[in-house]
Amino acid sequence: MKLKSFILGASLAALAAGSGWAEGVKVGMITTLSGGGAGLGIDARDGFMLAVGQSGRDDIEVVIEDDQRKPDVAVQLADKMIQSDKVDVLTGIIWSNLAMAVVPGAVAQGKFYLSVNAAPSALAGKGCNPNYFSVAYQNDNLHEAAGAYLTSAGYKKPFILAPNYPAGKDSLTGVKRFYTGELAGEVYTKLGQTDYAAEIAQIRASGADSVFFFLPGGMGISFMKQYADSGVDLPVVGPAFSFDQGILQAVGEAAMGVKNTSQWSKDIDNAANKAFVESFLAEYGRLPSLYAAQGFDTANLMISAMEKADISDADAFRAALKAADFASVRGDFTFASNNHPIQDIYVREVIKEGDVYTNKIVGVALEDRSNAYVDECKM
Amino acid sequence: MSSLLLIEQALNGLQFGVMLFLIAAGLTLIFGVMGLINLAHGSLYMVGAFAAAGVSALTGSFLLALVASLAAAAMAGVVIEMTVIRRLYDRDHLDQVLATFALILIFSEGTRYLFGSFPLFLDKPEWLSGTVTLPLGIEYSLYRLTLIGVGLALAAGLFWMIARTRVGIRIRAGENDREMIGALGVNISRLYTLVFALGAALAGFAGALVGAIQSVQIGMGEPVLILAFVVIVIGGIGSIKGAFIGAILVGLTDTLGRFLLPQLFALFMNPSEATSVGSSLASMSIYLLMAGVLLFRPKGLFGEA
Repeated sequence: MKLKSFILGASLAALAAGSGWAEGVKVGMITTLSGGGAGLGIDARDGFMLAVGQSGRDDIEVVIEDDQRKPDVAVQLADKMIQSDKVDVLTGIIWSNLAMAVVPGAVAQGKFYLSVNAAPSALAGKGCNPNYFSVAYQNDNLHEAAGAYLTSAGYKKPFILAPNYPAGKDSLTGVKRFYTGELAGEVYTKLGQTDYAAEIAQIRASGADSVFFFLPGGMGISFMKQYADSGVDLPVVGPAFSFDQGILQAVGEAAMGVKNTSQWSKDIDNAANKAFVESFLAEYGRLPSLYAAQGFDTANLMISAMEKADISDADAFRAALKAADFASVRGDFTFASNNHPIQDIYVREVIKEGDVYTNKIVGVALEDRSNAYVDECKM
Repeated sequence: MSSLLLIEQALNGLQFGVMLFLIAAGLTLIFGVMGLINLAHGSLYMVGAFAAAGVSALTGSFLLALVASLAAAAMAGVVIEMTVIRRLYDRDHLDQVLATFALILIFSEGTRYLFGSFPLFLDKPEWLSGTVTLPLGIEYSLYRLTLIGVGLALAAGLFWMIARTRVGIRIRAGENDREMIGALGVNISRLYTLVFALGAALAGFAGALVGAIQSVQIGMGEPVLILAFVVIVIGGIGSIKGAFIGAILVGLTDTLGRFLLPQLFALFMNPSEATSVGSSLASMSIYLLMAGVLLFRPKGLFGEA
């Protein structure tokens, strides 16, 4: 009897002590794993988990849920993860509208949010928060870089095109922030549109000398295939989204030679990136995409902070995140005062390596680019 | 704006319209004969496109890919008709919507399981690539021109089948009085399966044809499904002729609206605002068309009163 209670007491003590010293980080990952946009979420998740696996730490627990690309589902998942799973860090959201639904609530409850992709301007400017870090970019960045490229490449009359929704309008604003010359035309298409015959005919008739388009996902695939078939032969520039590894094989020959802007490319020359590309290929049997690189960097940022500070000390953990003391696959990487990256944005060209379509860097569009909303952020 | 550009845009609208017809024809037939609202019709369109992309990747032949799209979509149609749809004919529309919505999810995730999450590659064949010069010097995509031709030929074939063949007579009889043709000794369940397979095959075929110039991906059927519903509502539910006229109207309205409305607003607004307002209104144009038609003809253009 005495022995029994002794053992019981000892094990209780051990349990109590256990929760005291092994303070790990519990991560809630909400991302798109089903439906049309699943490729993006899967790549971000795989990149993130690859970094967690490589860290060799057993004190990171990741809860992964599918948001089905629906804001209401994402909000429910965030509530569940915060209230019943008791996560410390949230991450994973791909789409800006979902981020707008989840991030403000999560950071208001004292959780950290590390964005693997979505970075709407509202969260970079007035709505910035010390607990919200965008690891990928600010949404406007790649479009700004495309505008800068149009200017530096000497185009005089680009035709610019984006879907008629907030990110599409931000895109064309971003382009015009760095390209201030004459435009041959400016067209907003319907979100989810699949047939671009009407727009391509307008491009042909407009006397443009180049085409910029931002049409993420299937829209971009459709546009490029139809554009290549139309006989219009103007150079095309766009952000990386329509020319990324996951999508490029579906566009095929039509994408060859297109210039696109990206903060990452598989041929950025640094040790971390080489190791990442090789290990991703070995682990998953495909080349990593932009989203995979962003997921990988996000996990490594979090791990670098865990090495310096305990998550229970929020101020120290936040400072450790802000220091961004990790080997980014993008090379130089720091945070601006509004917790968005300062980084180089490259111009890539679509090439073919053997049977696989991929990108190579042909120049730098913007060096050490921060973002347009830094001054609006007061924190 | 030149009149040549306008003609080119009208051709684009026509091409969009005939492809919509192939999808809407099946939807309206199935509703007309069986009284069934089939939300999974868009999934059959997707099945056709994926089957074509798969076969095209294996064999490299576009014609085999088209055959595969017909076969796969018809097969999928027969299977779901015999296992699920058949149980829904006597139930109310809400049950049908619920069950066929479930089928959308099953098809989407099933396709993702088989083909992965990334969009597939399907391209038109070499001999249909490039452009041709039409009279008046209009340069137009050969593939789109072929789509118009194939679509019109299929539409003509469908009209002939419904007007002139025995199967067509039964389909029309089925639309008029389901119980009666059953009582007259027509094997009604076989007729239903046949009609369903026909509708599915048309949708799958359209998926493969359009997939070659668009993106073959999960969920590609749903936006098209919404348009197809607009088409059959405008044309009159159950009417093939209505579906044809409706599809061409929707195709032309959408394409010309996207092209002309921003230019119209540019006459009295600054260019940036005109683009924004014009394209927003263009997105609504087909729904405005639908509302307008319903205002004057609540049963659609060719709906039976």
